[in-house]
Amino acid sequence: MGSAGSADRYLPDTVQQAVKILVVGDFGVGKTTMIGAVSEIEPLRTEETMTQASVGVDDLAGLDGKTTTTVAMDFGRITLSPYTALYLFGTPGQRRFWDLWAGLGEGAVGALVLVDTRRIEGSFEVLDQLELRGDLPFAVAVNHFPDSTRHSPQALREALDLEPGTPIVNCDARSRSSSVDALIALVKHALATQKGPS
Amino acid sequence: MSGEYHDSAVRPYVLTQGRARPTRNTVGLDTLLVVADAGKPLPPSATRQARDLLRMFGRLLSLAEAAAHLRLPLSVAGILASDLVDSGHLIARSRIPEAGRPDLTTLQEVLNGLRRLS
Ligand SMILES: Nc1nc2c(ncn2[C@@H]2O[C@H](COP(=O)(O)OP(=O)(O)OP(=O)(O)O)[C@@H](O)[C@H]2O)c(=O)[nH]1
Ligand SMILES: [Mg+2]
Repeated sequence: MGSAGSADRYLPDTVQQAVKILVVGDFGVGKTTMIGAVSEIEPLRTEETMTQASVGVDDLAGLDGKTTTTVAMDFGRITLSPYTALYLFGTPGQRRFWDLWAGLGEGAVGALVLVDTRRIEGSFEVLDQLELRGDLPFAVAVNHFPDSTRHSPQALREALDLEPGTPIVNCDARSRSSSVDALIALVKHALATQKGPS
Repeated sequence: MSGEYHDSAVRPYVLTQGRARPTRNTVGLDTLLVVADAGKPLPPSATRQARDLLRMFGRLLSLAEAAAHLRLPLSVAGILASDLVDSGHLIARSRIPEAGRPDLTTLQEVLNGLRRLS
């Protein structure tokens, strides 16, 4: 992993385009861990204001002198080729965050939904949202913790009530190669979706 | 941890002179930016945040990275950066974010790039 020191924080000058993938899921499912495992830079954190996304401009005028409530998001980067950089944005999946991140999905390759099998109900909201949206390809990555019970992918698919075409893969968010494999499953799915008749 | 609410010391309304959104939706968090002409001065009225941002883009970087390094809220950095693009100080290199998906060529390139890593 590279350091975030100013010497190597920059992209090679040859890079012409950036693409992004969202890493979503319940609190504590391993989003930050996965981003850290694959990122070439020390994962960074940025924040967005909640008030701004949820209220009109006029209301902001009344905020002078007050502080603004914010939500944090962390992200990492992989320079995939001299031409293309991939950004991974980790965002909480709960419904109340979706207004805030509505724009985040725009132009994205897709979303990787991390699931913790010890609390699969924590994934229902984000899966509902993604299926409802319908415009953002997504894949499910089951992050295994030491005390998780192993379920067959088919059993998990049923428990999560996934649509038949949605990929589901096992992963270890601490492992770079395992996380890369999960990302590959998502991109293959995004390609198939783009090519397919749907 | 991420997802928790906390108070920010920065007031977007003040830093951006009252605008809550970019005038044009051309700069997204994954937009790559770089200084247009290192010699071109900012007007004396430019804020410290705008100066910091311009300095940060001395070489190629995404808006999200610049915002994180400068600890600016993303929305504030976005408004300042679009102003700097409008005024000719910054060049947006990557394609403008659109509602659509990346095209097949781009997706294939991403897939190939990831496969080289695994
Ligand atoms: N054993 C094991 N532990 C993991 C794995 N992934 C994450 N963890 C641990 O689980 C905890 C939560 O992981 P995070 O990566 O912070 O989860 P997150 O989704 O970013 O959490 P929030 O940002 O708080 O929503 C950390 O202590 C990790 O070290 C995994 O694959 N296996
Ligand atoms: Mg996190």
